[in-house]
Parts: sequence; C-alpha cells; structure tokens
Amino acid sequence: MSIEHTHGHDHESHAAHDDHHDHKPTGFLNRWLFTTNHKDIGTLYLVFALLMFFTGGAMAMVIRAELFMPGLQLVEPDFFNQMTTMHALIMVFGAVMPAWVGFANWMIPMMIGAPDMALPRMNNWSFWILPFAFAMLLSTLLMDSGGPAAGWTLYPPLSLQGGQSFAFVVFAVHMMGISSIMGSINVIATILNMRAPGMSLLKMPLFVWTWLITAFLLIAVMPVLAGAVTMLLTDHFFGTSFFNAAGGGDPVMFQHIFWFFGHPEVYIMILPAFGVVSEIIPTFARKPLFGYTAMVYATASIAFLSFIVWAHHMFTVGMPLTGELYFMYATMLIAVPTGVKVFNWVSTMWQGSMTFETPMLFAIGFVVLFTIGGLSGLMLAITAADLQYHDTYFVVAHFHYVLVPGSVFALMAGAYYWLPKWTGHMYSEKWGKIHFWISAISVNILFFPQHYLGLAGMPRRIPDYSTQFADFNMISSIGGFIFGASQLIFVGVILHCVYKSREAASGRVWEGARGLEWILSSPPPYHSFNTPPVIDATTVAHAGEAH
Amino acid sequence: MAQHTADQYYVPHGTKWPIVGSLGMITMLGGAAFWVNDYSLAPWAFAVGALILIYMMFGWFGQVIRESEAGLYNAQVDTSFRMGMMWFIFSEVMFFACFFGALFYARMFSVPWLGGEGTGASTNELLWQGYDAVWPTAGPAQLGGPFRTIPAFGVPFINTLILLSSGVTVTLAHHALKKDHRKGLVLWLLATVALGFVFVFLQVEEYKEAYQQLGLTLGSGIYGSTFFMLTGFHGMHVTLGAIMLTVIAIRSMRGHFKPEHHFGFEAVAWYWHFVDVVWLGLFLFVYVY
Repeated sequence: MSIEHTHGHDHESHAAHDDHHDHKPTGFLNRWLFTTNHKDIGTLYLVFALLMFFTGGAMAMVIRAELFMPGLQLVEPDFFNQMTTMHALIMVFGAVMPAWVGFANWMIPMMIGAPDMALPRMNNWSFWILPFAFAMLLSTLLMDSGGPAAGWTLYPPLSLQGGQSFAFVVFAVHMMGISSIMGSINVIATILNMRAPGMSLLKMPLFVWTWLITAFLLIAVMPVLAGAVTMLLTDHFFGTSFFNAAGGGDPVMFQHIFWFFGHPEVYIMILPAFGVVSEIIPTFARKPLFGYTAMVYATASIAFLSFIVWAHHMFTVGMPLTGELYFMYATMLIAVPTGVKVFNWVSTMWQGSMTFETPMLFAIGFVVLFTIGGLSGLMLAITAADLQYHDTYFVVAHFHYVLVPGSVFALMAGAYYWLPKWTGHMYSEKWGKIHFWISAISVNILFFPQHYLGLAGMPRRIPDYSTQFADFNMISSIGGFIFGASQLIFVGVILHCVYKSREAASGRVWEGARGLEWILSSPPPYHSFNTPPVIDATTVAHAGEAH
Repeated sequence: MAQHTADQYYVPHGTKWPIVGSLGMITMLGGAAFWVNDYSLAPWAFAVGALILIYMMFGWFGQVIRESEAGLYNAQVDTSFRMGMMWFIFSEVMFFACFFGALFYARMFSVPWLGGEGTGASTNELLWQGYDAVWPTAGPAQLGGPFRTIPAFGVPFINTLILLSSGVTVTLAHHALKKDHRKGLVLWLLATVALGFVFVFLQVEEYKEAYQQLGLTLGSGIYGSTFFMLTGFHGMHVTLGAIMLTVIAIRSMRGHFKPEHHFGFEAVAWYWHFVDVVWLGLFLFVYVY
C-alpha cells in the first residue's frame, strides 16, 4: 500500500537477491529475527516447541505430584485446575502444533524440490507471533486471579467466571490462530505451487500429503475457534447471550462450535505423525511403502470424517437420541481409514530387511501404542458405554495414548530421522536407544493404569480422589516422573549432535532412505534447490506408482 | 536489477516488518485485554498497538509493491500470492460460518427447546413457564428489554442494492484495466469506493436507529447478539475492503498495474466479492427470514 511510491526505493528493496542465495545473512538479528529462510524458521519453530514441551511438561509434573497420593498436599485445588488447563493449552498449541510446523518448514521445500516456502516473509511472521502469544498466555499465571482454570475447552458458564486472565487467554488464542492460519496458507501454497517439474501430486512423499491435508483442516477450523472465543469474550464483557439460556442462547452451543474446531484439531496433531511414520518405516524396512495411494486416500477420508463427528465429545450433555446414534456410527467409520493405515505400516514391514535404529524404534513404538489409543477411542465412541467413561481417567488415558506415544513419539522419530540431515552430524545411537526404551516403558507405566482408574470411576481434573484409586495413581505418577526426566536425554542427544558430534553424516544418511531431501548434502545448502531437481525413480520413493 | 525468469526460483530477502507486526499485535491485543479489565491506560496501549500495525502494513505492503513494480516477481510468485489470498478468504468464510452456525443453532434448537419443544419440555415447564419461543426473541428473561427489529425492505434492501452494484462497478474497473483503459479503471474504482463507504454510512445510521429508537442493542438476548455480531463483523470487513479499494484506486492513479499483471487489484476485487456474498447471506437470514 505504498502511497509514498514516488519517493523512491529504500535500501532494503535494493538488495541484490541473486547474490545472497547461498549465503546466510550475517548478524544475529538479521539471521533469526528477520529471516525468510525455511530452515531457520523451521529451527525456530522446533526450538520453541521444545521449550514449550518442557514448560507444559513441568505442569504435568505438578499434576502427577499432587495425584501421587490421595488428599491435598502440594497445591491448592484452583492452582491444580490452572495446571490442567495450561498444560493442555501449552502442549496442544505451543508444543505439538508448532513442532509439526517446524517439520513442515524444514522438510516440505526439500521434499518437493523447492528453494524455500512459497511466502517466506509471512512464514517469518507465522513464527514470530507465537512467542508473544505464549508470553501473554503464561503471564496470566502471575495475575491476581491466576491463570485460566476451566479446562482447555473453555466451556461456559465456568470459563466466564474466570478473573482477569480470561481476556488474555482469549486474545492469546486469537494470536495462535492467526499464526496457524498464515502457516497453513504457506504450506498449501508451497505444496501446490512450488513442486519441482515432474513432482506430480501422487509422487509426493506422504509427509507432504499429510501436511497438505492438515493445513486445509487448520484453515477450515482455526477461524471457527476464533469465532467461538470471540463469542465467549462478548458474553463476558459486552452483554451478549450466545451461551446464556436466559437470553435465548445455550451453553451447549459453545460445545458444538468448540468441537467442530476441536475434532479436526486432534487430527491436525496426528496426521503429520502419520506422514513421518510413513517415511521412516519404508526406510528401515528397506521396502517401498505398502499401498501408497491407499494411504493418501485414507488420510483424506480421515480429514473429511473429522468434520462430521464432533459431538461424540458431548454424549452426556443431553442430545436428541438420533444425534447420539448418528455421531456414534460416524465416529466408528474413522476406524476404517485408520485401520488401512495401520495395516499398511505393518505390511510395509512384512518381509522387509529391517534394522532398528532409533527413528525406527520410535516409529514402531508409535504404531503399537497409537493403535492402543485408537482402540480405546472406539470404546469411547459407543454412546451407551461413553455415558460411563465420559470425563473419567479413561478419556485421559485415551487421548494421552494418541498424543504422547502417538504424536510426540512420531515427533521424536522424525527428529532422530532428520537430525543428521539437518546438522550434518550423526547423533549418539546409544543414547537415542536409551531414550527410546526408557520413554516407551515409562509412558506405559504413566498412562496404562489410567485406563483402570477411569473404568473404576475416577473423574478427571480433580486434585483429590478416593483411597481406592491410590495404588494406580502412585504407579502412574512414578511413570510420569520417569517419562518427564527421560526427556532430558533427548535434549542431551540433540545438543551433542549439534555441537559435539564428530561423526559426519553422508547425504543419504540412511541406506534405505528415498526422497529428494536425501540427494542434498548434509547439512543441506541454505536455499535447498536453486534450480529444480530431476524427478525419477532414482530420486523419489513413489516415482513409479499411480501410473 | 536482474529479472527473475520462470526457470529460476525467487526468494525474498529478510525484513523487519513481521517482528514489527508481532509487536503491534501484542500491544494492541494486550491493551484490549487490559481495557476490558478496566485499566485506565489500556486504551492508549490499544491505540499505540493499532498504530504500529498500520505502520507495519504501510511498510510491508509498500516494500512488496516496490519490488513488484520493479519487476522482481515472476509468474510463480504471482501464483503464490493468488493462492495465499484465496485461502485467506476461505478462512474468512469459515469465520463467518461460525457466527451463522450460532444463528442457525439458536433459531433451530436452543430457542424452540426453551419454549418446550422436543427434549426441552421440562426445561420450559420448570424454568421458563409461559415462555413463548418466537423469533425474534431476547430469550425467556427478555434480556435487554423489549425491542423492535429493522425491517428488511428499508435500509438493508438499499444496502443490498448498493453492494451488488459495487460488485458490478469493480468488475467494470477490472475490464477497463485489462483493456488498458486507465481512465475507466480509475473512475469505476472510485465509484466502487464511494458505494462501499455509502454502505458503511447507512449501516452506522441503522445502528443508531436500532440503539436509539428500536431498543435493539448487543444485549437484546440472542437476537441482538447474533444481529450485531454478524452485521458488525461484516461491517468491519466492508470498511477494511473499502480502505483496500481506496489504496488500489490511488495506486491506479499513479500508474500501477498492467493489463496482464495486477494481482493487487484482483486480490482486493476478490475480497470485495466475498464481502458481497456474505452480505447476501446476512440479508436473507438476518433481515428477511
């Protein structure tokens, strides 16, 4: 919108673009604050996500410490509620989602043969909104009223009774939404517009496919969340009655709108995980992915179904029976494409010459443990049974199985898989394996007993419990402390790989790896591809399929 | 400066504008959050944040426009911009869908249920006995007191005609631009801008009437809530669109845009058509039915 156009060019627009294609910008601010480079922005996202993972993790430790024994011992109930609320908000919006965007930034341009993302400056902004949004969200913990304590779902009327913090949470959510929408627009434009000639859609790596669909979901539902929290804001401060029955509104309406966002949101966190696992298993099974096209269609089907199943989160609010039945059957349909995926991963491994490096261990851990979470999801989908399970620890166990040994294990798998590519050094395989085994064992000690707690009737989001739940809670807390501590190994492995490791990584890194990112050096050049690469069976994994 | 050809990729250099935008955003939204909590200095923080955001937009768009006019952008960059705008408009569609969803839910479910329909029989009997659920309603407690609604075939209908005509004028401007008919381009654009601001003016008058004479306010139960949120957000979008059109008109007067290369113009035109279509939905479901 330059109205001052005639006043001439400022020095910035005079920079000769061709000249610094292969040079990193100099100076700390130039490099990290003003960057338009997909790798630097990807690194920023990943480091930010890791910081948030430990912030949210510290809150989880508070929760598990309080629940170690029956009775109230460490924290006030209201602070406990703040911890459960903030833990969820931070892990969902601050850790898992930004981590996946970090992977998207690093990998998508390399995987499709592009120099960078399609809209590099907007890419910078997508990231740099996040630290401010989370500063705002975390600052609520220091306010007189404390942080939000009504759960991450922000159900009214409870959330409307929050103090000062409420408006800050709403605006922080708005900022996260703006960041996500811009990031997703960038991903879609990159994938649809920046592919190297010959990289047709059905030759794209599955990680690119899953992110294309994830980005679509994000653009479709983040504005709905923004609208929902805006209505909360106006109900609280400006006298509207959206969620107030006295004015003709309905608190349940918020739940419908929230979960119209919320259900696609959970797939936003898992679809890129499907993509990463679909990259890793073929590499270490030394076989092409079984049923590539079916995987693409299954991903699209899951995304479609995610829009029409939301009310299965609300079976106990008093819906008409026909609604309950519809949402039950629609939800169960999701098992079909998800089953296609699980069977395809297993079939990929079938008769492969497998080796078990750390990324493969995490990927196999993902397949096994995510499936447990998927199956408990099917149990929850049965309306009649859900009336019993709803808001118990069974639900907590279910979604933590799909998110922790699901999404987070896939993030770990991807991090180990591509660390040598990113840094040019090999990580410590020994410590990677130690990290995997301690994580895999402790995560089950942490979450498996919670199934029994929920089936026995222990409600979620309560700081105290009946003594009958004591043993399983103590076991779960011990698992939680081990799992939390073991993630420090991960940080150690990363720091060692980045700063200390002497073992140089080859371009291909893994013997069985296929795809354009592996034809680049390790670490890759600052701008991945200055001219489009050749696409054929020697460079990409799915060159021969679908023709 | 080197022209970027289609077989070579273009990557823009770094810029300070995103971080300036983030600072503006946190100042403005943080100010808003303090404002609703009644801190006396908060409106100033809000205003400062808004000014920083405006400064960012001038700077960022200005830089992009200069680079575009200097011929730095190739066809691939143009396509990226187009996709970016289209998906941004899709996100806006979903934002409005959220409020339309609230309207439909209230009218189809929550209000009839409060009146005793379906599973709401006992709710009506025990809590809101005698509530006659007829739309428009301020709910069983008559929040905000009695009110009258704005008739569809008065100002809203005129506004419909105005927006539809502005869709025609912006298209005529586009045709003029494609034929390199600069005078037609500027005149039709100015006509569009004028129609846009007349719409906003009439909308403000309508709000004044609602508040001062009809007793219809944001607090008038679910009717007032959905009415003002939908028309209010739409009005904000029209205002923004009219400002965008103004910028495009000024750029046209300065000789920007070429018959075969004018993404900035098209993006604004798309946005304007989007605002137009949302209004048709509003006119039907908020005013007429």
